[in-house]
Amino acid sequence: MLLIYCPYCEEERSELEFRNAGDAHIARPTNIADISDEEFEAYFFLRDNPKGVIFERWRHIHGCSRFFNAARDTVSDRFLTTYKAGEPKPDLDAQPKTAATVETYEALEGAAQ
Amino acid sequence: MADQAIRKAPLAGLRGGSHAAILTPAAPASRISLRAGKDAVPALSAALGVTLPLRPKTSASSGKRHALWLGPDEWLVIDEDGADLMAAAASSGALHSAVDVSHRNTAIIVSGPGAEVAINSGCPQDLSLGLFPVGACSRTVFGKAEIVLLRTAEDTFRLECWRSFSPFVFGLLSEGAEDAAH
Ligand SMILES: [Zn+2]
Repeated sequence: MLLIYCPYCEEERSELEFRNAGDAHIARPTNIADISDEEFEAYFFLRDNPKGVIFERWRHIHGCSRFFNAARDTVSDRFLTTYKAGEPKPDLDAQPKTAATVETYEALEGAAQ
Repeated sequence: MADQAIRKAPLAGLRGGSHAAILTPAAPASRISLRAGKDAVPALSAALGVTLPLRPKTSASSGKRHALWLGPDEWLVIDEDGADLMAAAASSGALHSAVDVSHRNTAIIVSGPGAEVAINSGCPQDLSLGLFPVGACSRTVFGKAEIVLLRTAEDTFRLECWRSFSPFVFGLLSEGAEDAAH
């Protein structure tokens, strides 16, 4: 079972209590009525979908109910860190390194052809 | 034709469980879902007669009234005597939001040496005494239903769920209580 550390509950809880809420740190333009369709599309629809580290919003919906942010590796599904909503993006290089992950698709199944 | 609608408790008359974990529907109680900022906590605590806890997973009790920390600005307040909690909160004079959820929720008392095992049949939280001591509380999940757990004694939990989920919760708990007996 994947455990996720909730920065408000201050402990690890089962993933069953959480809900993903899309990319984090997406600022709504303050001049939303003035921007072009292309700019609106970029803000509203376009996401990077990276292979590797992604910053996401998560919600502890069946716990404290709070939104918070997380840095997660999309390959290993490992959570690198979580932090409260409104806090700046953490410096991941300053985070303690975790053991190498082997549960990747490539490691288990071989590279997709 | 009946002159009057009769209110029926969602789990009225049900008994269940096993010798390891006994399931008893709790008596009706009044409850509010309370939201408030830190500034309002002292006045609300005074008005409600129970100190609203500020630490995660903790509760406070005063007689038959309990205040359960659900989130950083959210509490579930339960009065087992059915007192008017809405009026009590309103009398605080402090800015808050209170919603009467007395009839939205119902509760099941799970007691016995297998209470932890019975609840863990559908709940992912670590309920060992070290991590979930007497007085600890948490919103969490039980099977497909959201619940609020309060440990009232080493071998007793009050499990609150929404009334429409209560037949499901009682059924799954019964299965868990059977398993706990083996
Ligand atoms: Zn939480």
